[in-house]
Amino acid sequence: MTTVDTQTGVNKVGLSRADYKGLPSTLCQGCGHNAISNQIVAAMYELDVIPEKIVKFSGIGCSSKSPAYFLNRSFSFNGLHGRMPSMALGALFADMTLKGIGVSGDGDTASIGLGQFKHLIRRNLPMVYIVENNGVYGLTKGQFSATAEKGLTLKHEGTNLFLPVDICLEALASNATFVARSFAGDPKQVKELLKAAMSHRGVAVLDIISPCVTFNNKDDTIHSYVFGKEHEVRLHDLIFTPARDMLTIEDFVEGDTRDVELYDGSVITLHKLGTDYDPRDRQAAFRVLEEAREKRELLTGLIYVNPNEPSIFDLYKFPEKPFNRMTEKEIRPPKETIQTVNEWMFSA
Amino acid sequence: MSQHLPGVIPTSAPEREPIVNDFSITFCTVNGSGSATSNLTVLRAIFKMGIPVSGKNIFPSNIQGLPTWYSIRVNKEGFTARVEKDDIVVAMNPATFIQDLEYVVPGGIVLYSDEIKLTPTRNDLIYYPMPVKKLIRSIDITPQLRDFVSNMIYVGVLAWLIGIDMEAIRAALEYHFKGRAKPVETNLTAIRVAYDWAAANLQENHTYRLEPMKATEGMILSDGNTAAALGAIYGGVQFVAWYPITPGSSLPEALIEYLPELRMDKATGEQNYMIVQAEDEIAAIGMLVGAGWGGLRAMTATAGPGLSLMTEYLGLAYFAEVPLVVWDVQRVGPSTGLPTRTAQGDLTGVYFMGHGDTNFIQLFPGNMNECFEDGWKAFDIAERMQMPVVVLSDLDLGMNQWMGQPFEYPDRPMDRGKVLWEEDLELFEARTGKKWGRYLDVDGDGVPYRTLPGNLNPRSAYFARGTGHDEYARYSEDPEVWERNILRLAKKVQTARAYVPGPVIQRMEQAKVGIIAVGSADAAVQEARSVLFHKGLKTDYMRIRAWPFTHEVDDFVRTHERIYVVEINRDGQLRQILTVNYPEQAAHFRKVARVNGLPLSARWVIDEILSQEEK
Repeated sequence: MTTVDTQTGVNKVGLSRADYKGLPSTLCQGCGHNAISNQIVAAMYELDVIPEKIVKFSGIGCSSKSPAYFLNRSFSFNGLHGRMPSMALGALFADMTLKGIGVSGDGDTASIGLGQFKHLIRRNLPMVYIVENNGVYGLTKGQFSATAEKGLTLKHEGTNLFLPVDICLEALASNATFVARSFAGDPKQVKELLKAAMSHRGVAVLDIISPCVTFNNKDDTIHSYVFGKEHEVRLHDLIFTPARDMLTIEDFVEGDTRDVELYDGSVITLHKLGTDYDPRDRQAAFRVLEEAREKRELLTGLIYVNPNEPSIFDLYKFPEKPFNRMTEKEIRPPKETIQTVNEWMFSA
Repeated sequence: MSQHLPGVIPTSAPEREPIVNDFSITFCTVNGSGSATSNLTVLRAIFKMGIPVSGKNIFPSNIQGLPTWYSIRVNKEGFTARVEKDDIVVAMNPATFIQDLEYVVPGGIVLYSDEIKLTPTRNDLIYYPMPVKKLIRSIDITPQLRDFVSNMIYVGVLAWLIGIDMEAIRAALEYHFKGRAKPVETNLTAIRVAYDWAAANLQENHTYRLEPMKATEGMILSDGNTAAALGAIYGGVQFVAWYPITPGSSLPEALIEYLPELRMDKATGEQNYMIVQAEDEIAAIGMLVGAGWGGLRAMTATAGPGLSLMTEYLGLAYFAEVPLVVWDVQRVGPSTGLPTRTAQGDLTGVYFMGHGDTNFIQLFPGNMNECFEDGWKAFDIAERMQMPVVVLSDLDLGMNQWMGQPFEYPDRPMDRGKVLWEEDLELFEARTGKKWGRYLDVDGDGVPYRTLPGNLNPRSAYFARGTGHDEYARYSEDPEVWERNILRLAKKVQTARAYVPGPVIQRMEQAKVGIIAVGSADAAVQEARSVLFHKGLKTDYMRIRAWPFTHEVDDFVRTHERIYVVEINRDGQLRQILTVNYPEQAAHFRKVARVNGLPLSARWVIDEILSQEEK
């Protein structure tokens, strides 16, 4: 379904894959975050995104360094720990035609940033919010995060006594309109979910289990590669089709699939695996997440989507011209109004 | 209270000449009782009569049922500082009645509700009981409205006593009720009933009289927060994020009120601004950092506790060079402190705010006209310098009504600073012969050129961060790169000296003594200087309007033998800042500082300065 010209390697906006790359990663060899960065590059290239129309945001932590490793031609702001959401909101109002990609971690989102995370969802800001979730603080060398499983034992920290925060459940409880979970060891699914998230009307939350090869990758722990490979249960196989390609779909097989149309006309085709799961059913979303936790499975796929809920931009009437290109004439009231203003005051 | 006949001057009260247009009235009420409308009506009516007047609300951190005081000062010379004594007290609150009497001057007048059955403790005052309930019942209004209107009874009695013009009262009510005839007439009826009752039943007393003047002609009344909001609108504010806090809230609330009037397309309903009530102050400032980075004129208003929460993000804004504007409407700290009382206690807090070497441009508006002016100017300075600007107002200035000249339209075009769009990047490189870098200082003023998200030139994007970075915004831990960058940031502060407002300086011939103040301390200093002059002490006065200090501040500090620094805090914070900036002058600065929740009085300033002069 990609639109890349296989002869030249150039996509529909005339860019090659290299135009979507970032700097060489300084994260550890084998870090799940690098795999995710690679899929972001691939997804943007295949979606024919203009890099200058993307703004990258992050907080603090290993995950939050990763925006340097993709989309070099996009503006980026590496902000404060747990407080990227507020910054993203302000920045995206500067030009509402831009799309935000936020990269956070489990420390950034589930601890210091839990409040901003939930309020970002409540405001339904149109952006992709990726949590690179590894259950551990990497940059400060191996402390428990709030998503660490109860009973997890780490080298210097002992055993974790507390139940984890489930990012997907937190998102759902905050009325998120797009909630997905994936696994850095399942790059194809990550890429398709990223593409779908880019077409979503509001905030799209991607909780991606992304193993930390240095501090939390023992085979029997839920954030490890081996555990993920052995316990991943996909809700469905999914394929994203951008709106402009709708007429060219050929491999449509009736009966085994369920289509979810997004607000911009693009379609996520879900191929049934086991049960027929409808991601528009919020109750079912809570149920499958609870069940997966009980069974200690890594449940992945599009858990919930409400394609039509208005974003914060839809709740007001704004001019088409980006705010940050407005001139003095547009934002300073004309001189004659000052007299009216003075008349509004009580005068002698 | 039978021993006090209404209006009879007790034998122990001193004989007095009539006092015209120079006295103060305090209304002692219970908050949530609707007295604000009555008090404002009196203030506005006196202003309308052409007489200089000021009002101060001393209110509790509470919604309903606690004591609140509103003091109006009438002063023909135009002084507006708080006075420590009342000439007239309107006592409506039994809980504070005895205490309220203590502040009245001998021979002063007490109007009180006849429901207060307490025996007054002073026999040198003149008492007028007012049958509030009886008078209100005589008016044809619904019982639900009675409570709201009953405070108009004291307006009527007061109008009779001191001579408030009825047409001026009508004008005040019409303004308050936005011209709606029914509430205007209802309230006027109550005022007239009370006036007529007083005329028929009370013994006349001419101790305090109002006589019309022309001193307020052409002037307006506004609180500082409203003025600031309007100024910001003329500064083209595009993004507001805030979290409710006293006494900051009424500033964004004024933006909510006035932005749709001035900046919404009436035909399409389109707005070219956004206001977000954030989940806390941390999120509010985070939104501003995003918006300011994105090229929007972004602002918030808060008070001390909110500013503490904003500190980390402000440090990032300084280091990543993001323009934004924060209004700190100061209240009494530390901690939650006195949330509804005024202070200038955040001066050093802001001056030294943030970890590492950090600076913020600070503005100190001293009256409501400067609140308007700083409202727009702060954006110009923030964008020109690519730095956060903190405007330090306070509760007294922000929430009380002040006389002032009409607001003036900005006298210069907007300064959007150094911004490069698509084609500008090409021109930049042609002009300078250098490849553009976000933090490259090509002009030698420390201020680099910035690009904004949405710029489609493939070379426009950069990676903003709070970590070490070089001229091209690349991550760096190189010692030389770090030092070069942090020294360039210091240079920006020097550059800013040319862009911030200079001080207001008033001199007396051959004065050797100087006085320095900022903000709302001005009112008390103005009056104190006048009194000190008559007592033989000449003073030069400099009211500073901004940090970094301009060369005029340098000159003033270096040309006075001793300088009294007058301010509303415990430690003499402005004096500390002056000492840091002018260490060689440290011995010349003398502390005149106090904080008790109240605006400074001239009397206290005078006593402090004279007692230090004697030493």
